[in-house]
Amino acid sequence: MIQTNDNQVQAAPGIDRSKAVAVSPSTPQSLYAKRKQIYAKLAHGNFRKLKWAALFILLGIYYFIPWIRWDRGPDAPSQAVLVDFENARFYFFFIEIWPQEVYYITGLLILAALGLFLVTALFGRVWCGYACPQTIWTDLFIAIERFFEGDRNARIKLDRAKWDFNKIWRKTAKHIVWILVAAATGGAWILYFHDAPTIFRDFLIGHAPITSYVFMGLLTFTTYTLAGYMREQVCTYMCPWPRIQAAMIDDKALNVTYRYDRGEPRGAHKKNATWEGRGDCIDCRQCVAVCPTGIDIRDGLQLECIGCALCIDACNEIMDKIDRPRGLIAYDTDANIERRQKGAKEKFELIRARTVIYAILFAAVGSFMLFGLLNRSTLDMNVQRDRIPNFVELSDGSIRNGYQIKVLNKTPQVRTLDLTLDKFQNPVLRIVGQDNPQTISVPANQTIDYKVYVALEDVSGLQVREGFNFVLEDTQTNEKVLTPSLFITGKTEK
Amino acid sequence: MSEKRIDEQSGTEVTGHEWDGIEELNTPMPRWWLWIFYASIVFAIIYAILMPALPGIDSYSKGVLGKSDRVEVVEELYKLTDQRAVYANKMLSADIETIEGDEDLLRYALAAGESAFGDNCATCHGTNGQGLPGYPNLNDDIWLWGGSYEDIRQTLNYGIRALHEDTRVSLMQAYGRDELLTREEISDLTEYVVSLSGREADASAIARVSTLYQEQCASCHGMDGKGDRLQGAPDLSDNEWLYGGDRATIVETLTNGRAGVMPHWKERLSPDMVNSLAYYVHSLGGGEKSDAPTQ
Repeated sequence: MIQTNDNQVQAAPGIDRSKAVAVSPSTPQSLYAKRKQIYAKLAHGNFRKLKWAALFILLGIYYFIPWIRWDRGPDAPSQAVLVDFENARFYFFFIEIWPQEVYYITGLLILAALGLFLVTALFGRVWCGYACPQTIWTDLFIAIERFFEGDRNARIKLDRAKWDFNKIWRKTAKHIVWILVAAATGGAWILYFHDAPTIFRDFLIGHAPITSYVFMGLLTFTTYTLAGYMREQVCTYMCPWPRIQAAMIDDKALNVTYRYDRGEPRGAHKKNATWEGRGDCIDCRQCVAVCPTGIDIRDGLQLECIGCALCIDACNEIMDKIDRPRGLIAYDTDANIERRQKGAKEKFELIRARTVIYAILFAAVGSFMLFGLLNRSTLDMNVQRDRIPNFVELSDGSIRNGYQIKVLNKTPQVRTLDLTLDKFQNPVLRIVGQDNPQTISVPANQTIDYKVYVALEDVSGLQVREGFNFVLEDTQTNEKVLTPSLFITGKTEK
Repeated sequence: MSEKRIDEQSGTEVTGHEWDGIEELNTPMPRWWLWIFYASIVFAIIYAILMPALPGIDSYSKGVLGKSDRVEVVEELYKLTDQRAVYANKMLSADIETIEGDEDLLRYALAAGESAFGDNCATCHGTNGQGLPGYPNLNDDIWLWGGSYEDIRQTLNYGIRALHEDTRVSLMQAYGRDELLTREEISDLTEYVVSLSGREADASAIARVSTLYQEQCASCHGMDGKGDRLQGAPDLSDNEWLYGGDRATIVETLTNGRAGVMPHWKERLSPDMVNSLAYYVHSLGGGEKSDAPTQ
């Protein structure tokens, strides 16, 4: 339990003690706890800079990507990244994915999961701290809040103040900008599902499909509430990742860590007093003041910590002022603290069994997918043999089998294809509705069904069931696809 | 609860529930969570007012918005019919070359025909037209009345021995039941019919009835048993049998005659649907060219 002594206002000469108190103290609380508002203070330092950079880059990617053009010829959309539900296609620059290739998406999710595991085992929750959309948008919304209402103390004062003109205009302006940002977020989302310039114009003049308005409204609402109001509650109560991370992190994983071996015993420091026999923590609580989830990192690694490292910035600033070395709060491991306490040298063990396994799995899945993508066939054929009737005996004594053939042309050109069999003497092929018994012309980017009949005049030398391959060959590129099937000869089994 | 006790390990209050020394911590739940629960209740009430929700004895609450899935389905069906009208109209006058020359029309005819076949024809002819004893197999190239698109359409529209005045009729007489032939003659004729399809048969029996066959059977089935499509007379020489080719079945056919009925669909299905159906049956594998010589 933290002892608070608010009479003491100076943590060290020239450094005010913040009145910040962690929101999740270990004191008794009632069921249905009221949420405590967190007024995160602006931090200054390298990690804050890194977070600004991540914010600009990631938001830039999100808002800008749908506008990138990519020429795929006249029959395909010319948007670089597009989820085309209407035609059941997913386009990503030079990659085009068909519904039956959804395993690429699965692979991508597996890669993302393994990547998260690896990064978490190495550096703790860097995903949560720097890249998670919830963190990014919350950060942006807090920045907007700070722009209109000022930093921590000013915001606390404003919230306590009466509703005068100053408070009303600041609050109103903040909410208007929030809603605009939220609308832009929801608006950018739908650009991923339609041709961006077209849907943008249609959207404004009210001609876009109803789903566009619904999703835009939905995402505007969720962005506004989750980033404006819910903030750390999403991470603490809704998100499963904080729970999963517990299994990823061990005592050798780097985490935002308060080095209690150096900081304790903490306490206010008087001018010219000695640093002998006491810790470096002057209990100024700047680390609590800047924390976006309102915790006290000095209580140790905890569920609510998103690993944003802003407390490192805040503490370093103080250490500079009191002329103590930086890094009282830093990326460190539990194992190192124990080592230092025993007088041993600190050691960073990035290569451990789990990180190696995650890295190998990541590389394996990644190269498997890359191999699949590079060798992706642009021609495919599925064959389904008719089972009712199994075979048909014709008037001239020949035996006929029927097949349903699905041909996939994944190129943007019409293709002329030859259909043959790799077995049997003089098989008679017929494709329903086609003049030519063997050559089909498949339109660009389409899957076409054909009914194909194969008749054999003489089945005397054949088994009850004869396996063979349908061979589909592009007359120009000679690309070939073989699909196995069966011919039932109509003989009785012995 | 009389007193609030704090768990020493976690520093959290306990609820007072205890099972064999295991106590429940009173970990607080966020208040907004509770509000979401209340909001769901409000939503449910509003929903029940706006939408059909509450069951009654013989009806249900219709909801203020008047939404009805059933009405929407009917509207969707009308919309679909309108969309299909383009192809349906084309099907009215299209001949087989037109159908096969138009990829979209071809797929429409096959899809519409297959669906209509499942609804109307599969009961007798089997799911894929594979046939049953007495009901012709539509997959092979053996036709009683002809297998061109026009022939199939004719059969579909007017049926065989159906109630329509333009229906086609063929008559296989009940030679035994009507005492036109004796048992011995029927037995010998059976041997004759068996021999027509190239199987071993009693030569003396054949010799006894060869004149009888010419008199009684050849007018329809032909001198060599090849049948006659103009009269709907089956080919007896191809060893493909509508009712069965074993001796017992042939005796039964000769004794009692055969008169299977194919209903006429002219009034029951729309003309474009009959045409789609005809094309589908034609596509099953045995379809003949329109100018194919009739035997």
